[in-house]
Amino acid sequence: MTIRRVTTPARLAGAVVAAAALLLTACGGDDADSSDEDGGAATPGEVEEPEEPITLTFQTLAWQTASVEANEEIVEAWNEEHPNIQVELLQGDWNNVNDQLLTSFEGGTAPDVFHYESTTLQEFSDRGNVLDLNEYLSDEIRSDIREGAWDTVTYDGGVYGVPFLQESQVIFANATILADEGIELPTIDEPWTWDEFADVAGQLTTDDRYGVVFPLKSPANRILNLSRNFGADFFTDPAGEATAVFGDAESQVISRIHQMMYDDESAAPDGVGMSSTDALPAFFDGQYAMLPGAIWLRQQLIEQGPDGFEWVTLPALEGETQAQGAVAQTLSVSADTEYPEEAVAFTEYFLSAENQVKLAAGDWLLPTSQEAVTAPELNDPETGWDIAISTADTLEIAPFQLVKGFEEWKSKVANPAMQEYFSDQITLDDLGAQLTEEGNGILERYHR
Amino acid sequence: MDRPRPLASTLKHLALGAYLVFLAFPLFWLISTSLKTPQELALIDPTIIPDAPTFDNFRAAFSEQPIVRSIVNTAFVSSVSAVLTVFLSIPAGYVMARYRSVVSRATIVWVLLSQIFPWVLVIIPLFLLLRNFGLYDSRLGLIIVYVVWSMPFALWMLRSYVASIPYELEEAAAMDGASKARALKDVIAPLLAPGVVAAGLFAFVSAWNEFLFALVLIRDPDLQTLSLTLVKFIGAEGVARLGPLAAASLVATIPSLIFFAFMQRRLTGGLLGGAVKS
Repeated sequence: MTIRRVTTPARLAGAVVAAAALLLTACGGDDADSSDEDGGAATPGEVEEPEEPITLTFQTLAWQTASVEANEEIVEAWNEEHPNIQVELLQGDWNNVNDQLLTSFEGGTAPDVFHYESTTLQEFSDRGNVLDLNEYLSDEIRSDIREGAWDTVTYDGGVYGVPFLQESQVIFANATILADEGIELPTIDEPWTWDEFADVAGQLTTDDRYGVVFPLKSPANRILNLSRNFGADFFTDPAGEATAVFGDAESQVISRIHQMMYDDESAAPDGVGMSSTDALPAFFDGQYAMLPGAIWLRQQLIEQGPDGFEWVTLPALEGETQAQGAVAQTLSVSADTEYPEEAVAFTEYFLSAENQVKLAAGDWLLPTSQEAVTAPELNDPETGWDIAISTADTLEIAPFQLVKGFEEWKSKVANPAMQEYFSDQITLDDLGAQLTEEGNGILERYHR
Repeated sequence: MDRPRPLASTLKHLALGAYLVFLAFPLFWLISTSLKTPQELALIDPTIIPDAPTFDNFRAAFSEQPIVRSIVNTAFVSSVSAVLTVFLSIPAGYVMARYRSVVSRATIVWVLLSQIFPWVLVIIPLFLLLRNFGLYDSRLGLIIVYVVWSMPFALWMLRSYVASIPYELEEAAAMDGASKARALKDVIAPLLAPGVVAAGLFAFVSAWNEFLFALVLIRDPDLQTLSLTLVKFIGAEGVARLGPLAAASLVATIPSLIFFAFMQRRLTGGLLGGAVKS
């Protein structure tokens, strides 16, 4: 999945709240105790019931109907099984959760367990807001969740969350158009390369149709993740004093998309201002034959596709490899919780393989549980689950996730510069210069 | 008397009609969106009137989120905030308008300054303050914040209204034997009504639409206000469930529309025409 873009007027507020929170932390010292360290639970979700009833608060960001229902169902089941450890379910929202969590950390009112994403955990762990789960996690959950997913929540040896849902990029295509044009579909074992994809996009382009549209409203995350196809890092020493770089590997995906837009004219240039969902009406109308997007877009295709609209999910493209950068949705435990063992036990229960199947199905995302990905309901070819699941082994921690200052680099330099390039207003060299020269000016501030 | 000219009259009505359409279209679009299926919402050529109207979005909105409870919470917090704001602003506005002193002038400057101060800067200190007073996650805490938030503007507004009421009216009442209190009650208060209504509406709408304070100060789902509930229809990466969001927004609009309809006839000006010979 990609880093959430704050779309509300609270963006400025968020920045100021974060700054104020950092200041308060500096003044207040680190009161985040890593709790008692009695060792981890033997089995996921198992914990000794306290004699007196306690209540844990759990803040979820689930918002799709099925996902909300899955959350409620799991919490209800836990509460029935654990009469003395009751969980109160709170619903947060993606667009404001950062401000809300920062404030509640400072005020000591943070939920015991909270849902968010791996990109924020480094900052939270630096400030002592989240519990290092190393001492608590059971062997079962450690072995069930993919190693690459654990990488996204591990900083300086500490584990600051349990990763459970990931997003990968695939291609959606209008099946009728591809069939009419006699295009042979790629398979999981033989995916299209970027060159083959560009050829097909050219074949599918007509006077009133583009072969493909790349939604590039906020392109940085997607481009950086996809550029892993060619081994692009974009930063040297991401975990240390990171420096932005732009070489041949970094330019591959970017220049190929640009070429399709302006040389081949097989990619719609109006994709520059679009999000994935913005592109759907014209995709349904047959104005675009293919739409690269994240696997959750399948839900929108099913819900919003007109009657008779035939679509198909195609495997992720291959560069030198099919590797994609990915972050993870996570459950973390607040460092201030009074009940760390119970909170971790609930987290493990919530993220058991069985429950991850429900959560993944509800959000149309990839579960991190290796057992969950074998579930029949997550392998249905009709809804593209087989393709989505096939991307699991290609996901790796996005290097940028480790870079301090990445968010500012992305919002102030990368997104605007890439949009200028994809609007054909600057050259590839100009783009590279902006990403590195201007970008490094920002990153240097984070080295101090 | 001049006879109305047909061309001018037609143009005036046309302009008025265009203005009405401009004002009413967002509400109409909200109604239309709330009645559309997901498929119709994704059409390349949006329909003005839904082809196959459905109430599924309303069912989804009401079943998934506590819309009614949020409306009740918001109505309570907004109404109490508006009443308190007006109640506190009337005497303060009167004193600031009628008694010219250094304190009064300093207060006016302070009120103006407070309007340009970005509230986001005080959100964390405010949060800590309310928590220490035991007012975090309570309606009372939110009401206090809303009153403090709305009062400077309401105060400024009411001060201007009081200043526009000729002092000679109070003097005339005094000449007729009315006490100061009676003059205020029977002469000034009725003339101040439009200002009171305007200030009250401002405070009410500000509280009704407010998001950031509610986000930071309220955690209990039973106390959440509408703005917090509505945003739950918007998910990751800004993807919104447009149908249920429109349905919930429409329902959320109704109480404030009723409130406006009830109050707007009191928003009449010109009551002072001819009161004093100029």
